[in-house]
Amino acid sequence: MSTLGDFRKDFDILTNGDYVYFDNAATSQRPRQVLDAVSTFYKERNANPLRGLYDWSMWATESYEDSRAVVADFLGGVSTEEVIFTRNTTESLNLVAYSYGLDTVKEGDEIVISVMEHHSNILPWQMVARKRGAKLVYMEPDEEGTITREEYESKITDKTKIVAIGHVSNVMGVTNPVKEIAAYAHSKGATVVVDGAQSAPHMKIDVRELGADFFAFSGHKMMAPMGIGVLYGRKDFLLNMSPFLTGGEMIEYVTREDATYAELPHKFEAGTVNAGDAVGLAEAIKYLRNVGYDNIEEQEIKLTKKLMEGLSKLPYVKIYGSKDPKKHCGIVTFTIDGVHPHDISSVLNDDHVCIRAGHHCAQPLMQFIGAGSTARASLYFYNTEEEVDIFLEKIAKVREVMGYGA
Amino acid sequence: MELKQLYREIVNEHNLHPMYKGKLENPDLVLRGVNPSCGDDITLQLKIKDGVITEGMYEGSGCAISQASVDMMVDQIIGKSKEEALKLAATFMGMVKGEITDEETLEILDEAAALQDVSHMPARVKCAVLGWHTMQEMLEHPEKANDSV
Repeated sequence: MSTLGDFRKDFDILTNGDYVYFDNAATSQRPRQVLDAVSTFYKERNANPLRGLYDWSMWATESYEDSRAVVADFLGGVSTEEVIFTRNTTESLNLVAYSYGLDTVKEGDEIVISVMEHHSNILPWQMVARKRGAKLVYMEPDEEGTITREEYESKITDKTKIVAIGHVSNVMGVTNPVKEIAAYAHSKGATVVVDGAQSAPHMKIDVRELGADFFAFSGHKMMAPMGIGVLYGRKDFLLNMSPFLTGGEMIEYVTREDATYAELPHKFEAGTVNAGDAVGLAEAIKYLRNVGYDNIEEQEIKLTKKLMEGLSKLPYVKIYGSKDPKKHCGIVTFTIDGVHPHDISSVLNDDHVCIRAGHHCAQPLMQFIGAGSTARASLYFYNTEEEVDIFLEKIAKVREVMGYGA
Repeated sequence: MELKQLYREIVNEHNLHPMYKGKLENPDLVLRGVNPSCGDDITLQLKIKDGVITEGMYEGSGCAISQASVDMMVDQIIGKSKEEALKLAATFMGMVKGEITDEETLEILDEAAALQDVSHMPARVKCAVLGWHTMQEMLEHPEKANDSV
């Protein structure tokens, strides 16, 4: 506990004022070490990477590629050729859909996703299905938010070409049985795409153990800057895929009519790369390891338990997903009878408590659970029990502010 | 006005005890207005005789600000000509966008002027203008606002 308190001091935005920040599933905060690493890159090593034949450019290249090696290790010791830097999870998933999905999926094939997906893991597959005349099939969770074996075995069939699944739901917080789903999908000859946006900040990732052929995540939800994300792809897939974007830095030879492409992973990184933020991501990964996944999980469970217990005492609050705080990954989605989630969020903001309200970019799930929109508190390891107390105290007053008797 | 005060003194009354929520028999104009990003969803119904709004009701759901705003709006526009109603809409939208601050100009909005502080809450502007925007749309493009919605 004292050690976590020390880590909190690295986040100026958390310690400089009296705001309680419970929107970590949308984006995390960044510690000084990450901000300094980015700043140092630009102050001391910046030039266009992968191009220049002078020291600064070579240093920039070295920083960028060293960051890639840190990410490759973070994903369970994969090859650096399998790590593609993107802007974020959305871009990573679009890359797979355009460069792999469109070439693989044919008329009559099926793509299986879940109704819990974030829009970024729905729309690219809607696009592929529409363009190729394929069918998009949705797996549905039970009341606890779990996709059961019966469910995925009934939806994944010999027709399935791609299974795209979120590792952790950004609304329910539930961790999906990705390893089991991936094994079954592979037995049916399908390719497995995992959206790791909500899992990478909270748990140890080993993409091969998970059975992911592709794994996408964003840096900004795990303390790195906004605008740097990653796509892991199995080398045998990436080698056969066409580039997503074309232009500079992804070519080998270019003639007036034609071009040959650069080797992996540069084939998928067109244009000047975001080396500064890649450095920030590597620093964030180092920081995450320094905190330790065990400590992160322990603190998140402790806070989630306290928060859920507090909310459960209010008869007019409904919590979505599992009753077990351990199955929430720090995410607690709820509604208050008679109060629209946007009003909850505005009233809490008046008390300097930041939570998300709306559809959380998961409208099919909102329709499935029968809520037009919901409120969501999402925690990270740097949050404290005192903050949960403040949140609960303010939440208990929302209905009164909204004109219902105290 | 502080947000909580705004809720307590103005918004809650109209949200919890709306005056004009319900279905209007044989309306001349009906139009649905939606804020897709937050789920505010209203259907505004007006009766118009000789260019004057004689009756108005709305159905729907959404946050308190969106619902209270449309309730106050309907109260304001009944008995007004289309032109007067459109002028009110323009004034209201100017107010919540922070473009009109002059008190004398805002006077015509009567109670709806209480929502002026929404101009300091950019995330809530679209909630406050939903009803007004829908009314403006149906008066300017009556062909879109038929009963079949």
